[in-house]
Amino acid sequence: MIAEIGHFALTLALAVAMVQTVVPLIGAARQDNALMAVSGSAAMAQLVCVAIAFGALMHGYVTSDFSLLNVAQNSHTQKPMLYKVAGVWGNHEGSLLLWALILALFGAAVPVAGRNLPAPLRARALAVQAAIAVGFLLFILFTSNPFERLYPAPTDGAGLNPMLQDPGLAFHPPFLYLGYVGFSMAFSFAVAGLIEGRIDAAWARWVRPWTLAAWIALTLGIALGSWWAYYTLGWGGWWYWDPVENASLMPWLAGTALLHSILVVEKRESLKSWTVLLAIITFGLSLLGTFLVRSGVLTSVHAFATDPARGAFVLILLLVVVGGSLALYGLRAPALKAGGVFAPVSREGLLLFGNVLLATGAGTVLLGTLYPLIADSLDLGKVSVGPPFFNAVFLPLMAPLVLTMAAAPSLAWKRGHLARVRSRLGLIGGFGMGAGLAVLPLGGPWWAPLGIGLAAGVLAGTLAEPILRLRAGAGLSRRQIGMTAAHLGVALVIVGMVGEGAWSSEAVQNQSIGQTVTVGGYSFALNAVEPVKGPNYTADRADFDVTQANRAFARMAPERRVFTVPPRPATVAAIRSTPLTDVYAVIGEAAGPNTWITRLYVKPLVIWLWIGALMMAGGGLLSLSQRKRS
Amino acid sequence: MTRKRRRLYFVLLGMLVLGGATALVLTALKDNLVYFYSPSDLAAKAVAGRRMRIGGLVEEGSVVKDGTQARFKVTDLAHDVGVRYTGVLPDLFREGQGVVIEGRLGTDGVFDASEVLAKHDEKYMPKDVADSLKKAGQWKGEAR
Repeated sequence: MIAEIGHFALTLALAVAMVQTVVPLIGAARQDNALMAVSGSAAMAQLVCVAIAFGALMHGYVTSDFSLLNVAQNSHTQKPMLYKVAGVWGNHEGSLLLWALILALFGAAVPVAGRNLPAPLRARALAVQAAIAVGFLLFILFTSNPFERLYPAPTDGAGLNPMLQDPGLAFHPPFLYLGYVGFSMAFSFAVAGLIEGRIDAAWARWVRPWTLAAWIALTLGIALGSWWAYYTLGWGGWWYWDPVENASLMPWLAGTALLHSILVVEKRESLKSWTVLLAIITFGLSLLGTFLVRSGVLTSVHAFATDPARGAFVLILLLVVVGGSLALYGLRAPALKAGGVFAPVSREGLLLFGNVLLATGAGTVLLGTLYPLIADSLDLGKVSVGPPFFNAVFLPLMAPLVLTMAAAPSLAWKRGHLARVRSRLGLIGGFGMGAGLAVLPLGGPWWAPLGIGLAAGVLAGTLAEPILRLRAGAGLSRRQIGMTAAHLGVALVIVGMVGEGAWSSEAVQNQSIGQTVTVGGYSFALNAVEPVKGPNYTADRADFDVTQANRAFARMAPERRVFTVPPRPATVAAIRSTPLTDVYAVIGEAAGPNTWITRLYVKPLVIWLWIGALMMAGGGLLSLSQRKRS
Repeated sequence: MTRKRRRLYFVLLGMLVLGGATALVLTALKDNLVYFYSPSDLAAKAVAGRRMRIGGLVEEGSVVKDGTQARFKVTDLAHDVGVRYTGVLPDLFREGQGVVIEGRLGTDGVFDASEVLAKHDEKYMPKDVADSLKKAGQWKGEAR
């Protein structure tokens, strides 16, 4: 019964969204306030409807109502409560419903937070927002209905993949979706601005916090996913250039560019049409990201389902949204009033250069991700494009970007005087080179000192401006502190990347009880392997004594679990993190009497990846918390 | 700085970045594309030495493990190919299961695997494997 209410609420939401698409547009065109006001109440009604539908599905999961096909396929009575709740979005249908819920949340935030927005702009943006909702709700109702019943109801469900039963992964999709869907705000307001032919500083002041919020969520979502991969897959890697990872990286790159170009619109009323284009591209890539995962067109570890009807629907939706907005852009962008001019050597100039690099980076990731699809459909053979491609293309594009990051804060807006900041830039460059030279004795590949040098350059370039300001007695606004923290976060992430990529050591072997294996200066003594029983699994648990230079370092207990429902093995690595290095142990299958396959890793500096990502998000939050313009 | 002049700079800059990126992409694609073959493709034209992926089912009863060394056969039910691999097989690796394997074909006709990928979720067959089974006429629908 509750499921039927949910289904009905979802259908109602579709009807509301249709009204919300059409009426406010007519109202804005006729300057009719009553018609425009419909947008606000419709957005609220839509949130209520979608929330009821989402609640109904969650009720099905929490009460284990296996007469629902979706619940029966993805849940199980024995599953811990957290994963029953998280299971709602651990599958195709539920995750789309979560998408629609977040979209409705953002839509409802517009009338609440945007009371002083010009009424026509607000009405038009909400209409665009609703049009996206129509597409999604149609998709859910016609191809992916989560409320489908199952007769007769089975006594128990099929369970959730044990790899997904993990707190890191439970919150990974909601953050990712907050990011994807958050960019719809920038998109809707960009399209509304195009319809009106007006993009100005006020527009940028409104769009910036929403874009920033989406960016923060996406940053956290990507970091959570990467962290999950690092500690659950048991291979010690944190980024695989998997199509689904790429799908989240592309909107992040474009969104980062968007964030910086909005800044230029806000401060200097320049780069307007570029910003609008970026807003369209960012959301387009978010949609593409959602659909690359959902349609299962790509061979990926994450792909949920392969259903041609879904794929076709998705493709049409994508074409309508991206094609339609780009056509509008082509028609209307030339009418946007050009703003302030600036010299190539200026903060705007470097921001734009960084923007171009970010956009190009996103483009190459897109190409590498879609190339197997294109090659397959053109009968060029079945190919896969793996990490070597992305490393060879993406990283050389990012190196100049990082250089730009190091230099940009030192330049003035509008026209930078190189002569005035020459000594400062020299100092920054010198600091970077010094750091690079300092790590030369550590050895490793040629790019290790380069990466550390770049990170140090960003560190120096980012800190130079606030230090000078503080010394001059000027205060720092939250936005300035936030930007500083976020850029330092990037420097730390680079340090983590280089440390893990260049200086890791690993060993895979048959290890008998009592035997000691030494990797990267750490000795792992296997004391025992014992069977243990968890709530819904049984496991072999190893007991390692790890010593470094004859001093006890840690006692580590990796597990190899076998879940009862569904009966699948999963690896639980034991990881000990210190600021300098991660020590990582995995136990595999038994290889003989008293002998197991073990994988042991020493991975320097990995912790800085997560700390850096948190600093990026934290810096964003700090910047977001500043209400007034400085 | 006039508007026109500025635009010219930006266009030049954009072309420079795009040109650089294109050059990078082209060289990277030339060196790093990994083609996917089914065991039947390999039987028809064995190309030793080149890096490639193969996919199919792990043949029942073919897995021989010796510590961290494993040997098994991958089949599309029309042809099969022997594989050797040193390392830890993924958790979901088992006989009868679809796998994708990256590596090189040795001169002795045995495939030297550098990476063995089993689907994280066993409900779904890797798409490439399903396609190669279909091509060999051995596809039995969605049944496992």
